[in-house]
Order: sequence, then C-alpha cells, then structure tokens
Amino acid sequence: MDFNVIIENMPLYVEGLWVTVQLVVLSLIFGLALAVPLALVATSNSRFIAFWPRAYIYFFRGTPLLVQMFMIYHGAGQFELLKESVLWVVFKEAYWCALIAFSLNTAAYTSEILRGAMEQTPFGEVEAAKAYGMSRATQYRRIILPSAFRRALPSYGNEVIFMLHGSALAGVITIVDLFGAAKIVNSRHFVPFESFIAAGFFYLCMTFLIVWIFKIAETHWHASIHPRKEGGKKKGGAAIPA
Amino acid sequence: MFDLHGYLPLILKGALLTLEVAVLSLLIAIILGLIGAVAKLSGSWIAKLIAGSYTTVIRGVPDLVLMTLIFFGGQILVNDVGDSLGWDYIDVSPFAAGVLTIGFIFGAYLTETFRGGILAVSRGEIEAGHAYGMTSIQVFLRITMPAMVRHALPGFSNNWLVLAKTTALVSVIGLQDMVYIAGQAGGATRQLFAFYFLVAILFLIITGVSDIGLRWLERRYSVGVRKA
Repeated sequence: MDFNVIIENMPLYVEGLWVTVQLVVLSLIFGLALAVPLALVATSNSRFIAFWPRAYIYFFRGTPLLVQMFMIYHGAGQFELLKESVLWVVFKEAYWCALIAFSLNTAAYTSEILRGAMEQTPFGEVEAAKAYGMSRATQYRRIILPSAFRRALPSYGNEVIFMLHGSALAGVITIVDLFGAAKIVNSRHFVPFESFIAAGFFYLCMTFLIVWIFKIAETHWHASIHPRKEGGKKKGGAAIPA
Repeated sequence: MFDLHGYLPLILKGALLTLEVAVLSLLIAIILGLIGAVAKLSGSWIAKLIAGSYTTVIRGVPDLVLMTLIFFGGQILVNDVGDSLGWDYIDVSPFAAGVLTIGFIFGAYLTETFRGGILAVSRGEIEAGHAYGMTSIQVFLRITMPAMVRHALPGFSNNWLVLAKTTALVSVIGLQDMVYIAGQAGGATRQLFAFYFLVAILFLIITGVSDIGLRWLERRYSVGVRKA
C-alpha cells in the first residue's frame, strides 16, 4: 500500500472533512430545533394532534436515509411548480438537498429520543412544579425539558454518531465531503484501499471525538444522577474514616 | 398523478433482491455476532483484543465507506491473489460485496447485543448445567443460547430494522435492488419522486411486518416471565 497518494491529496481530504463537519453540525442544529416542537406535539393528549408528528417520525425512521435524500434531490425535479418557483435555487443544489434530508431525518430520531425521555419524567417532579403554581409552559421550560434533555444525553450521543456516518451519503450525490473526497482520489489514482481507509480513519477519529465529548457532557450533566465517587485517589480502595 | 407505467413488477423484483440481501447478511451477522460475543467473554486476551478492535472499528466507520472499500478494494485483492495463482479474471459481484459488507458490519453490532444477552443469563442456570456434567459447548448450546434469546431479542430487533434499511446502500455499488430500479424507472418516466416514494413505502412495509413478527417472538420468548 502506498499512502503517499493520500498525503499528496491531503488538501482535498481536509476540504472534504470540513464539508462533512458543516453538514453534520448544521443538520444537528436544524434537527434539534425541529425535534423539540415535534416531541411536544407527539406527546399531546389529543390523539388527533399527536398522530401527525408520529406519522412523520414513523416515516423518517422507517425508511433509509438514502431514499429520503434521493426523494428530495432527484425527486424535486418532478414538480414543475417547484422548478419554476424561487425555491428551486435551494433544491437544485445537492448540498442543500443533503442538508434538508439529514435535518429532517435526525429531527425524527431526536424527537423520538426526546419523547421517550419526556414520558419517563418522574411524576414527583411534575407534581412539585404544579405545587409551586407553575404554568404548563413554565413546567416544560424549567422542569420537564431540562430533565428530559439530561436523560436523553446518552441516546443523543448515539444519534450524533449515526448522523456523522449517515452524512457519508452526501458523497453519493456529487458533494465533496470526506467520502466524496475519497471517491475522487480513488477514481484519479485507482487506490481503493488507501483512499477509503484514509476516509475511514478520519471518520473513526471523529467518532472517538464525539464519544469523548459526550462522556464529558455526561459527567457534567449527570452529576446529580450518578452517585458521588468516594474520596481518595485509589480506585475502589476503601476510604479510611479519619 | 403517480402513473407507474408498468414498472411495478420490476420494482417488486428489486424488493425481493433487497430482502435476499437483508436475510443473507443477517445470517452472516448472526454467526459473526455469536463468535464475537463468545470471544469477548472468553478468557483469552488475544480473542478479546481481536473482537474488541472489530467492534470498535466497524462501529466507528460509516457503512458506505466500508462497502466501497470492500467492493473496490476486494476486486483488487481478488485480482492480485488470482494473478499469483494463475486464475482467470474474477469479477467481484456487487451482490457478494453487499452481503459480505452488511453482514460484517452488523456482526459487530450483534456482538454487543449477544454479549449483553449472554451476560444477562443467570449464573445459576449455567452452573446447574455444569453440575449436570455437561461440557462447556453443551452448556452453551443447551442453556446459554436459548436463555439468551429473550434478553437479546429487543436489541436484535432493532439491529434487523436498521440492517433492512442499510441494504439500500447496495444500489450505490450497482446492485439492482429496488432503490436502483426506482432510479432507472423514475429517470425514464421523469417521475423520480413517485418511484422513490413507492420504495420508501415498500421499506415501511418491510419494517412494519418485521416489527409485528419480532414482537410476537418477544412475547413467545417471554412466556413464563413475570412482568412487574
């Protein structure tokens, strides 16, 4: 194997890496912004109201991201009305289509995580909030949502990793993300092992980075859930009472 | 609005191929998952190291990257090996590459699922098996495996649903599954949205039906378990 080709093409990989980071971060932000209202409506007591976000969640979780992306990128051209409108500026660009598909997809998964976390809110917390005379909106803002976010943290970490891996699909529709860069290097120099292993290595590093970030976030936000570690430097050693 | 122009039989044929890929790769994944789980729980540090790096690397890299690596890279590998052995040119089929990659990827996920399932089997059952004079293999086949199923089923169901959706990726390496055919049919009739939507619905049917089946299985394997 000859990794000199990879070093020569490093600028391309870095460019692709940057596009991947952009796509992932932006779709996570849009996805989360969409997921909160979706989860709130999906937990509504009215069956009719809760049906719509649940149908949305069901559709996006039950179908492959690739098909969703194709529906938006390739499928948009089917609608003449859309083609003639101002929106076409967005839908003709592969980048925006990928971003829309990723955001809608992660919104569905995230809202399902949030919905689960919200339904697990201990009854006592809500009861206490009510006893304090909080309005429903205040209850959500101060008690239910913060506590749900905290409980959702580990599952959300997984979702972020899935989004990172899913973002490789952008390379399929001509976007030069990390996978797209590997594809270009492979087709120029015909080095499938080196080109894709290099991309895989970058993805692996980013995965580790995400895992590490969420570990730190969990020790911070879950401080109230995990029992405090006993003092003393020795791990597992019995603390000697003074 | 959505006229399929007689492409429905072709799409359904593609759906059948999607199912074939999914089921075959699931079989590979189950075998790899069982081997991985046993390796992770074994006393040998070499087995643990190999299984550990397998699950870490595979779960850290996108499936698409692995698939293209195995498809394009595998071709070179087969050529090189073939050259040195004096074989004729062998074409790596996208079907084999797809099935092997997906099986290989989900083997890593199932390793974790099965490991959790095995750990959840109560110690006493396994000890009782040994006390009856069974060999380790007998204990594993007669006691650990059947008892593990109940604990592993929820994770297994989840993995199967994700696996079924992952099969869509084989269209990227040129296998004519339903996503690929939808692209062709949609391109010819200028109705890409309609055809991709149809494929999405077919995926929903696959996941929906398997969901019902897996829930039934979960109920069956939980017979005799008291619910809190």
